[in-house]
Order: sequence, then structure tokens, then C-alpha cells
Amino acid sequence: MVTAALRRGTALERARDAASAVVDPELPMLTLADLGVLRDVAVGEDGAVVAAITPTYSGCPAMAAMRDDLVRELRAAGFADARVRVVLEPAWTTDWITPAGRAALAAAGISPPGPAPRRSGPVPLRLTPTRRAVRCPRCGSDDVVVGSEFGSTACKALYRCQACLEPFEHVKEI
Amino acid sequence: MPDVRTHEPDDHDSAYSGLLVNDAHWAFGTDFEDPLAGVDTTVPDGVDPATLATYCLMLGDDALVLSQRLGEWCSNAPDLEEDIALSNIALDLLGQARLLLARAAAADAAQVPALPDGSPVPDEDRLAYFRDAQQFRNVRLAEVPNGDFAQTVVRILLFSTWRLALLDRLSQSRDAVLAAVAAKGVKELTYHRDFAGRWFLTLARGTEESRRRLLAGLDELWPYWSELFEPHDVERAAALSGVGVDPAGVAADVEAVLDQVFAASGVDRPALPPLAGSQGQTGHKGRDGDHTEALAELLAELQVVARAHPRGQW
Repeated sequence: MVTAALRRGTALERARDAASAVVDPELPMLTLADLGVLRDVAVGEDGAVVAAITPTYSGCPAMAAMRDDLVRELRAAGFADARVRVVLEPAWTTDWITPAGRAALAAAGISPPGPAPRRSGPVPLRLTPTRRAVRCPRCGSDDVVVGSEFGSTACKALYRCQACLEPFEHVKEI
Repeated sequence: MPDVRTHEPDDHDSAYSGLLVNDAHWAFGTDFEDPLAGVDTTVPDGVDPATLATYCLMLGDDALVLSQRLGEWCSNAPDLEEDIALSNIALDLLGQARLLLARAAAADAAQVPALPDGSPVPDEDRLAYFRDAQQFRNVRLAEVPNGDFAQTVVRILLFSTWRLALLDRLSQSRDAVLAAVAAKGVKELTYHRDFAGRWFLTLARGTEESRRRLLAGLDELWPYWSELFEPHDVERAAALSGVGVDPAGVAADVEAVLDQVFAASGVDRPALPPLAGSQGQTGHKGRDGDHTEALAELLAELQVVARAHPRGQW
């Protein structure tokens, strides 16, 4: 029994390593673990692996690709029976992006998110542009303006640097 | 499942790779992955499954129909930023619709349209593509044909202000799936409402022409506003059993937010009567399946490919 448990422990490590290395299809500089969408990896007594992921946004079109990539990497790591389940609660927040993930975003020219908004009571309406402590990932200037709260993927806003005039994307806080 | 593949699973580099694998392709829809895979969809004790399912269809249809309308803006918006914004909002709503329709199907399979034996089309796609207009439960505000950008701004403001309040309360639902979908939706709708509120203010305080268009859009849509707060029997029953929210109960909060936008914009509430239902003011409306003719036209475009290929591939 002890050896079986040990074996499963090692298998769990291997499964976690394999799943943690899978990258996000739309932000390939980030692993799913760095992005915070990989919520759990479990190995059953029968050796089956179940990885749990949560969507960043309700309509995130990358969920199917994430599932395919996870299953493929887990199979490549020797787990013939690999499945992916969806976790909806608690909802994903940008606060789950790891420090390594934030560094990888910045290195790729994408401004990482600040702290997610917290509230008690009704959601406040904001009629003026969202104020964020954002710096241009190219030149470091803080003289930046938001062009749109919506960008090339659901999770990003569009910014423009007034100093170097380059546009860039910012992972918006949710 | 037949041996249809859309792409090599590790190939994200080429948008065209899916075309080169073989001749059989998914004709439409969301692929064959269950959006609730592994989620416990047990109906809570004391809740009527049919009521829960119909309630989910109502909220899901609201999102699906408005998503389709906003999707019509893709490549047609005044500028690229707004084009992308409207598509993003449409995508968020489509995602909410998919989860809600899937939750409806899991609660009560009897409400899912039957397809030919062996059709792999998943439940949420059956509900989206194989119901007729009178089976849709969306409020009529969602189906009004698009006008100009100002009218769309008004519609998103009205819709997202209302839906944000609904989903915020629904995040306390006794149904854990609905609660989770709602909690996530609140985060998305916060951005939608801010987008629309800022544009409302900008257009109202912009030029004479932008203000004129905004007020025309508001007058056009205002008759659909009160319907959003008229509870249907299913909504009342869902609220009583602790899984749903009575929309009448959010009216005060929603009107307060709207007044905030109107005040900042120097806009008065329109003095226009509500649009009647099919049998008069208290008659059937969107939640009952009674719609304007615009919905049938919208669905014809939304559903034509799926209806032609009920086995889901071509």
C-alpha cells in the first residue's frame, strides 16, 4: 500500500509537471499555470488524470484548444487516460496570474494587470476612463492613454504610449 | 463521434490548417466539447427542473439574441476600436448564452429539440439553432434591428445596466451553476456598462448631430424598457424557489444607475408609453415567446446553416 501511494505521488508530480507546462494558445508566453486557469490536477487510483481548468471569460474561444493541449501533453507524459473538467467557481481573476506570468507578459510587450477591483455593495458605474498605473512596455513611459477597454482578445485593453507613440496591450483587471 | 477533425491539435499557427485535414468539417456551432464537463448539474432540492430550465433559457436567449445583433456590427462599426469592442461584448454574451443554454439542457432534457439519430450536435447548439421564434424567451429589447452606432450604445446601456443588476443578485442563487455563471457575467457586464455609459455621455455632450442621434435611439428603444421589469410566472417561481431573481426587484437599483448616466449627460427620461404585448399592454411579450417580426428574421440568418445540416457536418 505504501509503495502504491508513493507511486501515485510520483505520478501526480509527473502529471502536474506535464499539465503545468502547457501554454495558453492566445498568450503563448504564459503557461496555463502562470495564467491561473489550471486549477487542479488529480491522479486517481486507476492512474487516470483529471485536470481542471476555468475560463478567463465566459466566451473564451481558447478553452477547446487548452483542453486538447492538456490531453495531448498528459498522454505524452504516459497518462493514457487523461481528461479535462471545467471549474466555474470561483470565477477567474487576473489576481491569479503568477509573478512569473506577469514577468513573461511584460517581456513580451504586454502590460500586466494591476490588482483586480474589489467591492462591497453594488458595482460602481465608471463614466470616466479607468485610471491604472500602466507603463509603456516598450519605453517605460507612464504617459499612456487607453484607446479601448476591448482588445484583440477578451482579456486585453488597447493602450497607446504618448512618448514613443507605440500602441500596446494591457491585460485588464477582472 | 465520426472521424471529423478540424485541425491538428498542436497546430495553432495556421488559421487555414483546419481546411487541409480532410473533407468533413463541423458545419456550425461550438464543437463537441461540453462547456459544463465535470460540473455538478444536479437540480437543487425543491426546485422544479422545468422551471429552472426555462428560467435559464430566458437569460440565455437574452444574451444569445443580443450577441447576434452586436455581431452584425463586425467590420461595420465607425472605427476599429469600436468594432473590436462590440465584437468583444458579443463574444462575452455568447459565452454566457452557451453556459446558460447548457445549464437549461442539463436541468430538463425534455426542452432540448430532437435531431436525427446519431446527430452529434450538443444540447446548447440544439437549443440555439433548432427552436423557432415563439420558443425563444428573450426580452424584445434584444431583438430590435440595429440602427446607427448611437442606438447600439443606448441598447447596450439599457441591457447591461439591467442584466448586471440581475446577475449580481443571481450570483447568490441556490443553483450553484447559475450562481457561478452569474458571478462571472457580472465582471464582464461591468465593462459593457462602462463602455456604453461613457459613449452615451460622449454622444450626448458631443455635437448637435451626435446628440440628436442618441436621443433618437433612446426614443426608439424606450418602449421596450418596462418589459424588462415585468416578471413572468417562471421568473416568479424561480425566485420563490431561490434559484432565480424577480426582475421587478432590481428596478429601483437599475433606474438609479440609469438616472446617473442621464444626469451626467443632460438627458431627460423619455415620456413614451411601453410597447404593448400581443394581446394588449398586459398581454404576452418576449418572455412568453411573443416577439416582434424582427426575431424571426434574425433567427433565419442565425440558424440557416444548422437547419440545413442537422448532423452538424458538411
